[in-house]
Amino acid sequence: MALNRKIAYIDLSTGKIEIKPIPIDVRRKFLGGRGLDAYLLYNHTEKGIDPLGPKNTIMVSGGILTATLASATARTHVMAKSPLGGMLGSCNMGGFFAPELAWAGFHHLVIKGKAEKPVYLWIHNGKIEIRDAKNLWGKTVTETQWAIREELGDDDIKSLVIGPAGENLVRFANVMTGIKNSGGRTGMGAVMGSKNLKAIAARGTMDIKIAYPKEALEYNKRFIDQITSAKVNQTQGTLGTPFIWGATNSWGGVRCRNFQYNQELYCDEIEPEAIDEACAETMGPYHMAGCFGCQVHCRAKYKIPTGPYAGVYDEGPEYTSQGAFCSEPDCRSLETLLVGNHLVDQYGMDNLETGSIISWAMELYELGILTSKETDGLDLRFGNDEALLEMVKRICFRKGWLGDTLAEGGVIASEKIGKNSFDYLIQVKGMSNLHSDERATPALALNIATSSRGSDHLRSRPAIDLYHLPVEVMRKIYSNPVPYDGPLSSEHTEYIGKPWQVFWHENCYMGVDCLGICKYHTTFLGATLPNFEDWSKVIYYNTGLEFTPREIWDSAERCNMIERLFNLREGLTREDLKKGDMLNHRYFDEPCRRGAPDVVGRVIDREKFKKMVDEFYEYKGLDKNGVPKPETLKRLGLEKEPSHLL
Amino acid sequence: MEPMGKVLAISPEKCTGCRLCELVCSVFHDGMSNPARSRIKIVKWESEGLYIPMSCQQCQDAPCLIVCPVKAISRDEKLSRVMVNHNICIGCRSCVTVCPFGAMGFNVIDRKNFKCDLCDGDPQCVRFCEIKAVDYVDADRVSIAKKKAAAEKITAAQRQAVALESESH
Repeated sequence: MALNRKIAYIDLSTGKIEIKPIPIDVRRKFLGGRGLDAYLLYNHTEKGIDPLGPKNTIMVSGGILTATLASATARTHVMAKSPLGGMLGSCNMGGFFAPELAWAGFHHLVIKGKAEKPVYLWIHNGKIEIRDAKNLWGKTVTETQWAIREELGDDDIKSLVIGPAGENLVRFANVMTGIKNSGGRTGMGAVMGSKNLKAIAARGTMDIKIAYPKEALEYNKRFIDQITSAKVNQTQGTLGTPFIWGATNSWGGVRCRNFQYNQELYCDEIEPEAIDEACAETMGPYHMAGCFGCQVHCRAKYKIPTGPYAGVYDEGPEYTSQGAFCSEPDCRSLETLLVGNHLVDQYGMDNLETGSIISWAMELYELGILTSKETDGLDLRFGNDEALLEMVKRICFRKGWLGDTLAEGGVIASEKIGKNSFDYLIQVKGMSNLHSDERATPALALNIATSSRGSDHLRSRPAIDLYHLPVEVMRKIYSNPVPYDGPLSSEHTEYIGKPWQVFWHENCYMGVDCLGICKYHTTFLGATLPNFEDWSKVIYYNTGLEFTPREIWDSAERCNMIERLFNLREGLTREDLKKGDMLNHRYFDEPCRRGAPDVVGRVIDREKFKKMVDEFYEYKGLDKNGVPKPETLKRLGLEKEPSHLL
Repeated sequence: MEPMGKVLAISPEKCTGCRLCELVCSVFHDGMSNPARSRIKIVKWESEGLYIPMSCQQCQDAPCLIVCPVKAISRDEKLSRVMVNHNICIGCRSCVTVCPFGAMGFNVIDRKNFKCDLCDGDPQCVRFCEIKAVDYVDADRVSIAKKKAAAEKITAAQRQAVALESESH
């Protein structure tokens, strides 16, 4: 059954491998996936270690429901201390790796030390082997995966790999699987690279017994009907995530020219419908792909239609790439978008961070803070497609002064560039923001400021806040499984009630990440999709483990608190611009220039923002400095951490 | 005689490669999540984005049935399917060898062969495939989609021909 999947401790310095069961009481406290990874990170790292040194520990996991019938249990989670911001590092990706890892017998890997020379892990039906990766080093993301299959003689092997960016210790290098499934954001690929770990290959044929097969099947069928009947998922399944871009850009929620504008004009070529057309043209009318077990199938397949890369196959581009290669650097060409997306996929580099940091450099270039001396003659102005793509390559291979500097991530780069360059960097806890502009949406601003891995839209974003749902509908969602009778507002530009929404979503998404399912299958973009109550059933049918919805909520809250404890240990202070729950001054000082009438002119009100953070801290049981009160730790059973249960 | 038995109709171009069919197949038959137990398998060329569902074609003149040395394989005309009687089967895997589609599996844990039995008339792969890359249709409908697609091409060509002709006048 799912609960007998093991945890393996792998020391790359000594070659020692230890395999242990995961006790049920640990499951009850931390569930699995990201939650249990956070517990392991807190217990297996020391304060202040070098994220790219051998003392950093990297966790790879599936969720408690991975490879079961819970609906789209495809997500793989990776966690370590982040080399990007020096805080919590965490990434989560779709594809097929975590299920394969589970069929090979494992839910969690804890990888320590550093191999002397490049290696990869081969995990097959309960066994783990450390193998030579000499022939894989230097290969791109897909080349690596196909080479592993050839070497081991099995086409069904699924691998987590790093590309050249991870090898070159680019601080926002990804862990990748498949063509484009990306474990992005906090540089987990660089951590793998620093350990000389090129890949983790898995293949398994071990049974996962489903506790109540008939009920699990029927439940899954209902789940699918519910999910595929949601309009948002139907759109998602046709246009992919780019549909969000059109919707967000229309009212002025898209970051342009780094942070100068909040809406991109004249951009028909990169509208989702145009991308859809290009995909259909090269791949036929049915050009969508799905991750394991998912009926939303939001991943588009395309071949680059024109230019020097014509005919090259890739998947996506996602919403994030539209920002990274279009709105932020102010480029408007479909070809640039598709090529940029392809380059970062093959290099194994975070598209979002890449686009964001290049756009920041473009603004600095425009301001004269960077000159052609630092860019080695590259004309890094906004809207220069060629310079954008060239910069992507320079960062990956650390070419030239600027390429090497930007590969260090925004915060370190700003220290090297000097002057007031940091003032223009749109980041939280060292991690760049998505290409979204939160000045008109206080709930979303609070979300990115307080997110555990930095400026992030997938940690606690109440995206449905933009739907103007009637208060009674919101009340129904946000009063479960714990009662809430405080204020709520349907108005997305308001401040009231938002801290509770962010707190609720923080726990909801932690639940999702612990279960190993996708956020498109919960109250993220769709208001009618399942959460805690359904999860209690789906866990029971698939694993036999009994949880009340409230118990899942409590576990999620506990896991979020462990992440906070880690960040506090690494130096989180409330208003620190590099390590705190704080936004860049531009959110407070520069009004939105474009967008809908209720968006133009908006800034985040500093005082109201402070109040939101106060209230959010209160719900979490933190004091005014963001530190958990002793009674909170006691309530969550965390007063003795690190407790070394695993 | 009445026409009998629906058939599994596979449209590879629709397949999203999610493999939910493999999961529900193994859970429905064996109560286990394990694609190695699935009667249907998605064969992939990932670098080109091609996903092809492969399953038993329930052949009229089935090689597995012919080769079986102990006559453990027979046709069930009611559901128009080929069935294995495991009380007779000796596990020699001759059927695995001769099947031209690789549709006869051999279970590594139970050491028995296994194949699609159309879930006794309610194929779960079809039930769960929302995009209907795998469908269960009356035998006379199996080629209808292809007929339509080809017909569309012909009408388009005809229209073009007419347009060209009128242009030249």
